[in-house]
Amino acid sequence: MSKVRVLVGTKKGAFILTSDGKRAQWEVNGPHFAGWEMYHLKGSPADPNRIYASQTSGWFGQIIQRSDDGGKTWQPPGSSADELKGPDGTPKGESNKFVYEGNVGTHKWYDGTQHPWEFKRIWHLEPSLTEPDTVYAGAEDAAIFKSVDGGKTWKELSGLRGAKGHLWQPGAGGMAVHTILLDPKNPNRMFIAISAAGAFRTEDGGKTWKPVNRGLKSQYELPDPDAEVGHCVHRIAMHPSRPDVLFMQKHWDVMRTDNAGEQWREVSGNLPTDFGFPIDVHAHEPETIYVVPIKNDSEHFPPDGKLRVYRSRTGGNEWEALTKGLPQKDCYVNVLRDAMAVDTLQPCGVYFGTSGGQVYHSADGGDSWNPIVRDLPGVLSVEAQTLP
Amino acid sequence: MIRVVLPYHLRNLARVDGEVQLDVGGAVTLLSVLDALEARYPVLRGTIRDHGTLRRRPFVRYFACKEDLSLEPPETKLPEAIVSGAEPFLIVGAMAGG
Repeated sequence: MSKVRVLVGTKKGAFILTSDGKRAQWEVNGPHFAGWEMYHLKGSPADPNRIYASQTSGWFGQIIQRSDDGGKTWQPPGSSADELKGPDGTPKGESNKFVYEGNVGTHKWYDGTQHPWEFKRIWHLEPSLTEPDTVYAGAEDAAIFKSVDGGKTWKELSGLRGAKGHLWQPGAGGMAVHTILLDPKNPNRMFIAISAAGAFRTEDGGKTWKPVNRGLKSQYELPDPDAEVGHCVHRIAMHPSRPDVLFMQKHWDVMRTDNAGEQWREVSGNLPTDFGFPIDVHAHEPETIYVVPIKNDSEHFPPDGKLRVYRSRTGGNEWEALTKGLPQKDCYVNVLRDAMAVDTLQPCGVYFGTSGGQVYHSADGGDSWNPIVRDLPGVLSVEAQTLP
Repeated sequence: MIRVVLPYHLRNLARVDGEVQLDVGGAVTLLSVLDALEARYPVLRGTIRDHGTLRRRPFVRYFACKEDLSLEPPETKLPEAIVSGAEPFLIVGAMAGG
């Protein structure tokens, strides 16, 4: 029988939740890296026991961790006992060395001046669909790095900054590459999203990038609501069978494109509010999507104290509230952009984690929900792995 | 031997218990002690000082013999009690406040 492994990053460590295919009984393992902010963990589609993790601290900076046994044991890449026995005696300790390439330049700063790029942390790790040793990392300040040696060393794909990087300006949440989507049909095509800058696409494996924000409107955030860059994209999602179709949760507005970002249109429809962070797509129904609306940009919690996932089975515009099993009074949590995921079982499982430390799951595509755990530290990220 | 006390999270990261003992050749300075520490435990590179610039991370402090040496230049020689091993060199995570 298939199994599910859910990787949960929290403000104070990582947790691994496992279940069989029925998804009725769960085992909770953790905390791993207790006390550290675990921004994101994600397994390699090509080798599910290879898991990459971003471990960060306001004191001690960035650490990259890797497991090769499904999360049982971990090590910073390049620091294993075997590598310590290498010909030069010691490993280089470069798995956390994220250095911007070349003439770094500047981006806009809060006071209107230009400010040099400064590395702060890795928000998101996206392993290659085919090569277990290849992984992409989304950084704050906004950049994308690539490793082809299992995370031992990293190189920036600096062409991203050429996509009008001098005009990007951090919002209150920072300026980070938080979403990386790999096109399963075209290995040279990727999409990324940056808070307060927008969505970007490469067609040449990351050498060059172009903004793909036409159709986004930010009338309350930007002096030019239709600007080419500057839109606060919170998340984009893709179904692997249709990589030209993307769904977006923007600061305000839920959007979709059917031509790889060349033109977006709003599909907020009858949502009670179109502000939110996560968005995801059903594993088997490319037109079924999920969002978690929150009240507004100043009150990051669900309207009326009711935690409701909204599902559209029509690719947007027509939405239904999913409430069974979710708290419908006195609930004031948030769900962050990387804290929703789906598995590929039948029926599709849907997962999300909250700022209050709950991880909810649905084993029936969202019709009903149950908490797997209720009292973790605030959840930063959730990923689901479907295992044989 | 130079005795170095690491903060809790860095002890876990380096997988050491208690103090670290380092053999530092030549002058015992902030720079030479930190270089020796990172050579012995490469996993600590980037966690105390930035990669490349070797600047101290903002919320890491260096204490020796009841003195805060965090703002001293890297070439600063450490006190004799540190050199002799009578006292440990402390690498500390700064107070979070609150």
